[in-house]
Amino acid sequence: MTGLLDRQLLFVSGKGGTGKTSVAAALAELAVRQGLRTLVCEMDAKGALAATFEVRELSFQPTEVQPGLFGMVMNTEDSLKEYLRLFIRIPLVGRIGPLARTFDFVADAAPGVKEILAIGKLCHEVRERHYDLVIVDAEASGHIVAQIDAPRAIRELVQVGMVRDQTDWMLDILGDHTRTGLVVVTTPEEMPVIETIELVDKVQATTDVDVAAVIANRVLPQWFSAQDREVFQALLAPVPQATLAGVAGPKVATVFQAASLAQARRDVAVDYLQRLRDGVDPAVPMVLLPELFARAGGRRVVSLVADALPGLEG
Amino acid sequence: MARTGRREMAELLSAKEMIVVCGSGGTGKTTIAAALGAQAAAVVGGRVLVLTVDPARRLATALGIGSFGNTAVRVPPQAFVEAGLECRGELWVAMLDTKAGWDELIRRHAPDAQLRDTVLANPLYRNITGRFVNSHDYLAMEQLYDLHASGQYDLVVIDTPPSRNALDLLDAPGRMREFFGSRLLKWLTVPYRSRLFTMASKPFYQVADRILGSRFLHDIAEFFVLFQTMEAGFVARAKEVERLLTDDGTSFIVVSTLEAAPAREARYLAEELQRRRMPLGALVLNRTLPAAVRQPAVAKAAGTLAAATGDPQLLAELGAATGCDVASVQHVLAEVAARFRDVTVVAGREAERRRELEAVVQLTVVVPTMAGDVHDLPGLLAIGEHLLGSGKASSPLPAWHTS
Repeated sequence: MTGLLDRQLLFVSGKGGTGKTSVAAALAELAVRQGLRTLVCEMDAKGALAATFEVRELSFQPTEVQPGLFGMVMNTEDSLKEYLRLFIRIPLVGRIGPLARTFDFVADAAPGVKEILAIGKLCHEVRERHYDLVIVDAEASGHIVAQIDAPRAIRELVQVGMVRDQTDWMLDILGDHTRTGLVVVTTPEEMPVIETIELVDKVQATTDVDVAAVIANRVLPQWFSAQDREVFQALLAPVPQATLAGVAGPKVATVFQAASLAQARRDVAVDYLQRLRDGVDPAVPMVLLPELFARAGGRRVVSLVADALPGLEG
Repeated sequence: MARTGRREMAELLSAKEMIVVCGSGGTGKTTIAAALGAQAAAVVGGRVLVLTVDPARRLATALGIGSFGNTAVRVPPQAFVEAGLECRGELWVAMLDTKAGWDELIRRHAPDAQLRDTVLANPLYRNITGRFVNSHDYLAMEQLYDLHASGQYDLVVIDTPPSRNALDLLDAPGRMREFFGSRLLKWLTVPYRSRLFTMASKPFYQVADRILGSRFLHDIAEFFVLFQTMEAGFVARAKEVERLLTDDGTSFIVVSTLEAAPAREARYLAEELQRRRMPLGALVLNRTLPAAVRQPAVAKAAGTLAAATGDPQLLAELGAATGCDVASVQHVLAEVAARFRDVTVVAGREAERRRELEAVVQLTVVVPTMAGDVHDLPGLLAIGEHLLGSGKASSPLPAWHTS
């Protein structure tokens, strides 16, 4: 199978709060380290990508945040304007008047229009080869299928017209497993694991897009080996605890309780990782990212996550 | 001792009739909503309904109800007794069903049976209703209104759908109202009402035709002509629902963890609620590390422990007490002491974020991180204990959590 960074278009999705944006940015950093000219596009305009790159703001027009690394935020209205300018070449655009309101209406009313304009822009960047790799900080799991499947939905709904004509080449790019892939980010917790299993199934069953990897984020480290655990459990008994309190004071109990808590959480996480592995198609590679006990957010975390992403060079 | 806010939280649940639980995804909103409902039913009493979006199936099973449906199901009182608590009131749960919600709206607002059936049978209906004007958010608010107006419950707690943007929820009724009143909707349906293109709509049609194809435009327009006949009903209703958001009986509870992104979003949401004069009741900081790990005395104990791992006498004593070999004991002690530093770093960062949030929100309540996921009634009541602190539930948490 094609390595993640050998592709040209990567969608990074997952349940909200699992760290999609950090993973997308870290993948981009890895790509840039390999000398790839890389664009990262945030789809939901929450500003998370700008915060991650530590720039004031990102817009539809890509900004070079470091040499070879570009960031942008999707804006479907800008995408429409660009599309009209590139493909229709009519001076009419200026005369439409309140384009924003007109557009809002069409987009709300016509299913898939917003999605097709967003996907169209991304596929356009891939087709024109403006970048070696386009990484999309995509919609959360609930919305991603509507997003990546938009060209097909439009094809079925729209019988004629320019939009329909445009869907063919988009479908070629999206369905090509050597070019396009979906990365699903999750955490070893109940709901994220369930959503991930359902999402992978749905993408594989209803779209031609390849699920390129599942990344389990924030996996707590294993503190003890099986043998160490027995020792740890034995140390929790009243007699050794009293001995330890005699040396380090009564508060040493809290130190051990913190270790117990971390260990218990790790055990729960291991169960969910197993459920994830059992529930997702075995052909989909799974990558584990450790919990980082570093300051959350920003360039430092991006580079730590990039360091921790193993073996993605293909 | 720091203010815990539990009493105020109990007062909030006694005084309010509708609680909207919101916040970014992955912060435990559903669990907090269920815990609030369970605790309110058990301690405050009355008929309490928790309306949730997509509960973990295990949560449903744990509540003793097999599965949630569109209709409310009562959690058996016996389940509370088994959890070691007499339930003063009644706890009901139901699931938000967007599809059924839309059908219900159409049935209510359609002027006649024929039009109703035409809309429900329209192939575009499902596709459109599922997508436009953040219909999930609107329907959540709509159902909250409906349940409240039914007079069947003393308190309705609603767990909100995961949104792309937390503000979508607050904007949903207004956007629904504006949508029906918009000139654009009128423009699009013009050819069907008069067959005359106005000068204003002509350029729009030229562009739209070329992009979308006139057939598609025709299909869409036809659908919205049908839809427009229901305008009055929808608009009046959306106004009522919008008013609900600023009602005295309503309170918003924002749920967040103390990680960077959720905390940022919670702060933004809290500020926005205040700006819109929507009643922000409380901020629940979920899955926080116990305050005990930040005590200087505990850090000192960890430091002493680290230093003592080289003490042969201590190791020998512990080896004898545990029956484990001395090298293993030494390794485990060193590990416990070293990793504790990771925990304190995170706890310190959490404390700083908590201070930032407390500057924005008056009432904050902390729920500590649990050893495992919560998916049974005793677990929910234990969380409820942190939220309201009745002192009645038997807490399965270690005692240091509440210190």
